[in-house]
Amino acid sequence: MIPELGHFALALACVLALAQAVLPIVGAARRDPRWMGTAAPLAFGQLIAVGVAFGALLWAFAVNDTTVSNVVANSHSAKPLIYKFSGSWGNHEGSMVLWVLILSLCGAAVAAFGRDLPTALKARVIGVLGWVALGFLGFVIFTSNPFDRVWPPPADGRGLNPVLQDPGLAMHPPMLYLGYVGYAVTFAFAVAALLEGRVDAAWGRWVRPWALAAWCFLTLGIALGSWWAYYELGWGGYWFWDPVENSSLLPWLAGTALLHSAIVVEKRDALKIWTVLLALLAFTLSLLGTFLVRSGVLNSVHAFANDPTRGTVILVLLMVYVAGSFALFAWRAPKLAPTGIFAPISREGALVLNNLLLCSIAAVVLAGTLWPMFADILTGAKISVGPPFFNTATAPLAIPLVVAMPIGAMLPWKRGDVWAALQRLWWAAAAALVVGFLFLAALGYPVWPALGMAMAAWLIVGAAADIVDRIALFRRPAQAWQRARGLPRAAWGAALAHAGLGVTIAGIAGMGVATDTLVALKAGESTRLAGYEWRMEGLSDVTGPNFTARRATVTVLQDGQVVTVLTPERRTFQVDRQTTTEAAIHTNAMRDLYAVLGEERDGAGVLRLHHNPLAPWIWFGAVIMALGGGLSLSDRRMRVAAPAPKAATVPA
Amino acid sequence: MSESPTSPPQRSRRWMLYAPLGLAAAAGAGFWVMLRGLQTGEYDPRGVPSALLGKAPPDFDLPPLEGSDLPALAIADLRSPLPLPAPVLVNFWASWCVPCVIEHPQLMRLSREGVRVFGINYKDRPADAAAFLQRHGNPFAKLGRDEPGRVAIDWGLYGVPETYLIDRQGLIRWRYAGPVTPDVLDKDLRPLLRRYA
Repeated sequence: MIPELGHFALALACVLALAQAVLPIVGAARRDPRWMGTAAPLAFGQLIAVGVAFGALLWAFAVNDTTVSNVVANSHSAKPLIYKFSGSWGNHEGSMVLWVLILSLCGAAVAAFGRDLPTALKARVIGVLGWVALGFLGFVIFTSNPFDRVWPPPADGRGLNPVLQDPGLAMHPPMLYLGYVGYAVTFAFAVAALLEGRVDAAWGRWVRPWALAAWCFLTLGIALGSWWAYYELGWGGYWFWDPVENSSLLPWLAGTALLHSAIVVEKRDALKIWTVLLALLAFTLSLLGTFLVRSGVLNSVHAFANDPTRGTVILVLLMVYVAGSFALFAWRAPKLAPTGIFAPISREGALVLNNLLLCSIAAVVLAGTLWPMFADILTGAKISVGPPFFNTATAPLAIPLVVAMPIGAMLPWKRGDVWAALQRLWWAAAAALVVGFLFLAALGYPVWPALGMAMAAWLIVGAAADIVDRIALFRRPAQAWQRARGLPRAAWGAALAHAGLGVTIAGIAGMGVATDTLVALKAGESTRLAGYEWRMEGLSDVTGPNFTARRATVTVLQDGQVVTVLTPERRTFQVDRQTTTEAAIHTNAMRDLYAVLGEERDGAGVLRLHHNPLAPWIWFGAVIMALGGGLSLSDRRMRVAAPAPKAATVPA
Repeated sequence: MSESPTSPPQRSRRWMLYAPLGLAAAAGAGFWVMLRGLQTGEYDPRGVPSALLGKAPPDFDLPPLEGSDLPALAIADLRSPLPLPAPVLVNFWASWCVPCVIEHPQLMRLSREGVRVFGINYKDRPADAAAFLQRHGNPFAKLGRDEPGRVAIDWGLYGVPETYLIDRQGLIRWRYAGPVTPDVLDKDLRPLLRRYA
């Protein structure tokens, strides 16, 4: 009964979305306040309907209702409750329901908090969100019904892919979706602006919180995915330039560019056409990622579920949204002429440079991801593009971007002086040189990791220099505290986010000098790696809630002192006979000791041991970036202009 | 309105506003062809039907991996003396290839079970390849190094990893582009190994 209720709620939401897609937009075109007034109630109604559907799905998973085929395929009564819940969105059908739920949440948030929005703009934004919701609800109902029944019901479910039974991964899709769907809102704002034929500073101010919130969640989502790959897949790596990873990085790059260009719209009333295009692009790339992952057109290690028939439907949706919005763009963009004047050496000039570089990186990543597929259909050539291409092609673009970041943040609006900015940054430059030299000469780092360390120092000290300069810490120390308190939170947020990128780069540079070894050890034997002694204490059997495992106990010693005891496991899940490796990781924030248990040979366990300097900094930096974004979101200016509802949401 | 006298260059650049639409349309058409191809089998990102099925592999003679004591691989190893004692696998791999890491345990298992697995190391640095085998174990009875990738072209390699099954008569019977996962091993490869044993 409850699953039917969920199915009915989905159908109801679909009808409401149709109304939401038509009434407010027609109302805005006819300037009819009653029609425009339907936008908010329809958005709330849709949230309720989709919420009921999602609740029904959760309920089916929680009670392990084996008459629902989705539960049978993805759940099992022996699973811990949290993974029963995460199983509901860990599969294709459920994840699409979650997608629509977040979308309707955003629609309702625009309706509830956008009281200051001009009525027509608000009606159009909600209307465009209605179109997006309509497409995806139709997709769910007609091709991926999560409430399909099976009869007779099997005794129990077939379990969830054990690789996916993990807290990191339980949180990873909702985070990414919050990001992707956040870009649906900026997309809606862009389309509404095109319909209206007007983009002004106020528009930039309303778009920015959404771009910022989406960016924060996407940053966290990508970091979680990378962290999960690091500790769960047991390869010791954190980023593989896999097409699926790239497809989450692409909207992030476009979204980061959008975030910065929206500031120019707001402050200088310029870059309007470009900003609108970026808002369209960020969402396009989010949808492209969904298409690539779900349709099976690419060969990836991450493709868990795909189906060409669904791919066709997603492609049609993609083309309707993308071609529709780009056609509208080509037709209406000339109306959005810039009014501000532009000097190349200025804050806005630096932000344009930021945009150019970010978009170039995005273009390189996009080309590298799609080229093998297109080369195949165009010429029949079978080529593969791997990490060497991405590393060599993005580095020359990323380095100037990083070099320009602190300088750009120092330049004033309208008309700046690079030399003056550099003078205020001299100690950041000195710190970068010292750090680079120290790592190169004293610690014997290779060139690239040492360069990475210098870049990291440049960003972190540069961000500090920016704040010190703004509060005049050295020039007028007496009033520094006063000025620090008066400094807008957006300034603090920007500095924090820039420093966070520096922390991430330091982590990546540290991973550049990671060492590892493969050894077969019997109980009592030991090996040395990176100045540590790793002693195998023995192998044992352990039993978990739905798995059995083989566990190695490895004591790590330094100078005779026990540092930690690592217990890597190889787990076998009874239900589907899958085996996973559980890496054991000990971190002290400066380095990770990482052990993976492989096969066993003549009583000896094969261990892969890694020493990963600064590895945690990669994800810690991403958290700092997201915190910076959050701090910026809490800026009073944003709350006054357009309250940022998502800032208050606890990360799901 | 905005096409005011202040912005004459805008008019000449208006075509640029159509560029995103054009690119998106081209990409959409390409994706459409791919999806159609997926259903008809003309486009397949994983298993590409090989022109060599049922034929003998092309001639080659590859150098060994320096620094390892593995014997080198040449066509003679797949031809003489016929019939071969058992079917063999030829696996193209590289240390820079992530799916190869996923595939590796299955190759290790096969080699422990006595299946002869020959490796061709594709476009790789010798030190990296040796480190890979050091780290993940060596499943290969013989290993040739194809640094320029010429042998791969002759075989019609789609990408790495890619695996060929050669029967006892020395003919290619099966080709799999992509990692041999436990699933592929149980559902495809083991039955084939039994059939051609």
